[in-house]
Amino acid sequence: MRSHHRRAAQGVAALFILAAATALGQGSPVDEIAKYRAALQDGNPAELWEARGEDMWKQARGPKKASLERCDLGLGPGVVKGAYSELPKYFADADRVQDLETRLVWCMVTQQGYTEADAKKNPFGAGNDKKADMEALVAYVTSESRGIRMNVPQSHPKEQEAYRIGEKIFYYRGGPHDFGCATCHGDDGKRIRLQDLPNLTKVDGARKAYTTWPAYRVSQGELRSFQWRLNDCFRQQRFPELEFASDASIALTMFLARNANGAEFDAPAIKR
Amino acid sequence: MADPMKIRANVVGDTTEVKVLMSHEMETGQRKDAQGKTIPAWHIQTVNATWNGKTVLSAQWGPAVAKNPFLSFKFKGGAKGDKVQITWTDTRGDTRTDEATIG
Repeated sequence: MRSHHRRAAQGVAALFILAAATALGQGSPVDEIAKYRAALQDGNPAELWEARGEDMWKQARGPKKASLERCDLGLGPGVVKGAYSELPKYFADADRVQDLETRLVWCMVTQQGYTEADAKKNPFGAGNDKKADMEALVAYVTSESRGIRMNVPQSHPKEQEAYRIGEKIFYYRGGPHDFGCATCHGDDGKRIRLQDLPNLTKVDGARKAYTTWPAYRVSQGELRSFQWRLNDCFRQQRFPELEFASDASIALTMFLARNANGAEFDAPAIKR
Repeated sequence: MADPMKIRANVVGDTTEVKVLMSHEMETGQRKDAQGKTIPAWHIQTVNATWNGKTVLSAQWGPAVAKNPFLSFKFKGGAKGDKVQITWTDTRGDTRTDEATIG
């Protein structure tokens, strides 16, 4: 009788400890990651890239010693405010649909006198010795669209064509793993290791994902552009490398950006 | 030369809240490169903050502080228009000073 009581008492004590451990936090890993992200929000190092990019935008650079202050991102020469919320779009001067990075390359070639190869080299930074000017410029331009609703056009036939091609690429399966974007991003509740993956075929998922890129990646200590995001998705799918500023990358961006229309842009963000 | 810091300083009640982002590699000295050679330590060692010329914070930092660190602190006093100045020095002897006006 006595020992029975004692055992019961021990059982109760053990239960209390369990309850206390749960109450003290230790929610699901996903909750913990959400808390971690919230804690990082206050001091986003992306601001360092924004500042560097703004400086670079105004500096006279390249063989023609010109700044980018006359660069037309779609809203007129030199207009940066809100420009990213309407990209990609068709540009008559280039006779092609361009996303932000492609347009920046265009301005660097036509106005600053860089060769296209020079403007396109080193699009993604790697530490102090290999800082990417492109990512800094992207950080600055996108930061000027924060709080503005996405409004990507589909009026020109080439814009519609880009959307259709982008959609096709999104659902296209191939490579050694018979993989496609939709394999990971076409269902709810999927994750890669502990990271939740957005369902890009639904309005909510598409909006949340697109409006939080570019982002500072804490694990890399770098600001990453949307071109980088697509490039790395292709690598993870074991696809051939997605060429920087290629038509395929622009088409896929058009598909994803257009699907985020109506959502408030909220980047450069911060991610784990 | 190192990139500029990003400093925000705001009066909250009778204190001033300062938030600083610094651009630095903060290499720990523990990592190895592709050839297996140790990457030498290179990080911020001292941080000093002054308000109108008077020190309000001085810190010694080690290799455990993150890359591109964010520092937030409060001090008593401070008024709109006052200057806050932050200086860091790293293990290579590089130093950077930036200033912000309290808003």
